[in-house]
Amino acid sequence: MDPVAKYISQKISKTRWRPISPALLQQPEVFATGSWDNENNKVSIWSVEDHGASTMDGEFDEEPQLLCDSQHEGDVMDLQFLDQDRLVSASSSGAVTIFKLQPDCQALSLAHVWERAHRYSCDNAPCTAVVCRSPELVSVGEDGRVILYKADQTEVVRVIENADSSTIHAVTFLRTTEVLTVNSIGQLKMWDFRQQSDSPAQILSLTGDRVPLHCVDKHPNQQHIVATGGQDGMLCIWDVRQGNTPFSLIEAHSAEMWEVHFHPSNPNHLFTCSEDGSLLHWETTSGSDMSTLLQRGWNSRVVSHSGVPLAGENDSVVSAWLAGDSSKNRLEATHMLPSQTLSVNSLDVLEQCLVCGTDGEAVYVHRKVPV
Amino acid sequence: MEEVDVEPSTTVIPGAGLHQKHLGFEWGPGDLLVYETNYKLQGPRSAGSLFVHIVRKDEDICSPILRKLFNESHLIFVGLQKIKEDVPSKNKKSQFVSISKNYRSVIRACMEELQQNAVSTQDGSLASQYGDQVSILLAIELIWNLCEVLFIDAAPAGSLLLHLLDWVRLHKSDVDTRAREVLQSDSPALHQSYWDVVISLVLQGRTDEARQVLSKRASLRAESSSVFKRMDGLLQTMPIFNPSGTQTLTEFDVKWRHWHEECDRCLQDNTFASNRHLETICKILVGDEDTLLEQKELLSTWYHFLVTRLLFTHPTIKPPDLHYYAQSSMNMFLGPRASPEPLDIILLSAFEFDLHQVIKDCSIALNNWWFVAHLTDLLDHCKLLQSHNLHFGSNLREFLVLEYASGLFSHHSLWQLAVDYFDHCPEFGRVYLELQIERVPLDTERKAIKVLRICEDRQMSEQVRSICKIMAKRALRNNRLGSALSWSIRAKDAAFATLISERFLQDYSNKGSFTDLDLLDNLGPAMLLSDRLTFLGKYREFHRLYGENRFSDAAKLLLSLMTAKIAPRNLWMTLLTDALPLLEQKEVIFSVDQTYELMSCLEELNSGTKPDSNQTDQDDDIESTKTELLRLALARNLAMAIVKEGTIET
Repeated sequence: MDPVAKYISQKISKTRWRPISPALLQQPEVFATGSWDNENNKVSIWSVEDHGASTMDGEFDEEPQLLCDSQHEGDVMDLQFLDQDRLVSASSSGAVTIFKLQPDCQALSLAHVWERAHRYSCDNAPCTAVVCRSPELVSVGEDGRVILYKADQTEVVRVIENADSSTIHAVTFLRTTEVLTVNSIGQLKMWDFRQQSDSPAQILSLTGDRVPLHCVDKHPNQQHIVATGGQDGMLCIWDVRQGNTPFSLIEAHSAEMWEVHFHPSNPNHLFTCSEDGSLLHWETTSGSDMSTLLQRGWNSRVVSHSGVPLAGENDSVVSAWLAGDSSKNRLEATHMLPSQTLSVNSLDVLEQCLVCGTDGEAVYVHRKVPV
Repeated sequence: MEEVDVEPSTTVIPGAGLHQKHLGFEWGPGDLLVYETNYKLQGPRSAGSLFVHIVRKDEDICSPILRKLFNESHLIFVGLQKIKEDVPSKNKKSQFVSISKNYRSVIRACMEELQQNAVSTQDGSLASQYGDQVSILLAIELIWNLCEVLFIDAAPAGSLLLHLLDWVRLHKSDVDTRAREVLQSDSPALHQSYWDVVISLVLQGRTDEARQVLSKRASLRAESSSVFKRMDGLLQTMPIFNPSGTQTLTEFDVKWRHWHEECDRCLQDNTFASNRHLETICKILVGDEDTLLEQKELLSTWYHFLVTRLLFTHPTIKPPDLHYYAQSSMNMFLGPRASPEPLDIILLSAFEFDLHQVIKDCSIALNNWWFVAHLTDLLDHCKLLQSHNLHFGSNLREFLVLEYASGLFSHHSLWQLAVDYFDHCPEFGRVYLELQIERVPLDTERKAIKVLRICEDRQMSEQVRSICKIMAKRALRNNRLGSALSWSIRAKDAAFATLISERFLQDYSNKGSFTDLDLLDNLGPAMLLSDRLTFLGKYREFHRLYGENRFSDAAKLLLSLMTAKIAPRNLWMTLLTDALPLLEQKEVIFSVDQTYELMSCLEELNSGTKPDSNQTDQDDDIESTKTELLRLALARNLAMAIVKEGTIET
């Protein structure tokens, strides 16, 4: 089944599903998008509902409808839902903003702004990523700072100055007090907020070329397994307890990988999107789950969804870890978008629904992802 | 200089050029900068107003709804370019027709949305603006559809008229709404627009629907039912050419003439004299021009008149004969005094199969190159444009696509689409792209990365270097040495890497310690990019080894830095001073040979430096003290080393 596309007249930098309350077992219906590169950028809330009755062509049933939006100063560099009603955005002006969503999604208002959280001495520094674990927020930026906030406090809780001499591109929570950041010289750094010192608890990096890393995501169940994606489109799976080499290196894309996500409830599935215009869905085909697979290593193969030939389809896979019966463990990838588009900047997956946004100003929503 | 096709229109710029001030101007990529100069024809000179005005011709590019048009058509354009050359032409034609239909559906979707917005908006000026845009899009779709029928589909005689009928029906939708209104009313036959609907349907050749509506009337009165039956019969027997059928054009022509004669006979016999409406319809079926002209209000456009006229007089019209009828229809419909609108002229040129005139007139009439660029590109793919070389070397298609893409590039967001358009302009596309891509403002690293990816994919190394240098310089200014280094590594810019290393070393000599240790400790193979960088990395390693008390390794490293001449001259003193604590250690670290080398380095350093007249006495003192200390330490170390090496271990 092909995803539904909607053109929304703004280049989309981030798309996120609104979290559903765990009590109700329903599919997510509301998502937020952030725009970039516009003179007036916006954060918008959309709804995708099963209307039941079909219109002229059955395809237009599930086209996302705009519920509300709000002006956003600067590009939306990152967007995260803090909880059902609050949305946090990271801006290219260096500000971190909390938006409040009215209960019936009729309006989006500004709840709190930390202006110039990220800055240089005489200039603005873009805030590149923000991550939430209610009520705490952590933001990172091009100025190399790591900042910890509490959602209800006006003042910043803690700033790690000069955490990094290069730009920090992404951050993720490992434990309640630990975060992992990735930067543009290819390092993963672990920070423990319980420690007083401003130096990282651990630094991991690939030997060899220092390729900038752009995205990171933690395995939902196992806190030591982390996936990263970088400028060369390589997907790396790391075990942060062990040493300096990643478990697995997979040639996923031919250009920068912008986002990598483990599926939150079924971690055998992994999704990546890239500047080369493709969105890949990775799944293990053997019976074992991903963590045991990591211990044994795997071969992977890229399978095209629609039969359209792609660059690198015939390339053999780079696997840094090959042990034992690895031929039994396979990782297969399928393309989720029907054709090559401009860069896919962001994706989010929840239950069976996938939403992604592209530089071609289109949002794609897929409601029946096979997970 | 070329002659001007139309008189240039004057645009008034509010607030500029008052009091006989002269205006100066400067061309930009998509707009014009206008300012008041100090020059005045009469009277004393005085300062002009402080404003610089930006004059932009294309306002469509800022409309959020039209942006969807640009994005969706970009996708179609890219898909069109990928159609392979070796596919047989018959399949290609259907592909081109479907692409043309895609473009048109995109235009229609935009139009509908604009229409909805025009209706729902509160703001009056906005509503009128939307209305204007809707009418422009309507005209564009009309022209495109006609071009598709005449040029891309290139239907032969017989099917040509059918396609033209479809074209007219598509663009005159009020007939359907009126018909529905009439049929849904309580007594359709007595509705005031009843006969208008019937006649409109007949004018569009929709005989079955006309019969259906007529039957409402026929059922009403019994006495005139025979007349209605006769009309019904005429309408039913009207021959329609079936292109996929077995009937040839000549057979159809014969059949049609028979039917035409029958209609004429009915007219001569005054069969419909009792009912003037039916008589009108019969006259229309015969193709009587005066009757058709009487229906001006229902026809509303001269091209509808043209198609109807052809339907009832010459249904087997051949494409080359079209223009004669078109010209005469327009004259008859518009009358002697009315002057044709630009749209009418464009349509007439299309009927005359003068593609270049169509494109030229559209370019003048519209303020945006979108339409002409995409249409010309499609026609070029159908091989319909002769290679019409313009004065400046490129062909028409490339010129238009380049103009359109350049216009896109001036937009803060749509520049990414333009890249693909430039890619498909073989002659000048690359040059344009090279010039434009460097001027995209880079606010964030993420945007810079995207721009760099575009350049790297096309092997534009000059631009890559220049962009990386801009980013690196900015990072350096903000004291982000790690970022600056990662940018110079990406550009493989050795000179800049050297600059950054100098900066590090400067910081070191100012502060006494290294900043950004996480970077220096993890340089990896990037260290080899520049000599200075290698030195920096190795020097940091020396400090680390010293900190770990691995003195002999540290000593070896230090010596290699000096002897391999990686270390810059001005730092040798610092390095030698660093060697001092190693020399002063209780155990011997430097061997005899190593000590000799150190001594020669010191001598080389001293012989090289010339007495600096600016140096104060104090500096001189410090320098000489250092040298003294070093000489002493080296001598002592030499002594100890000789003894140690001379001792035989027992």
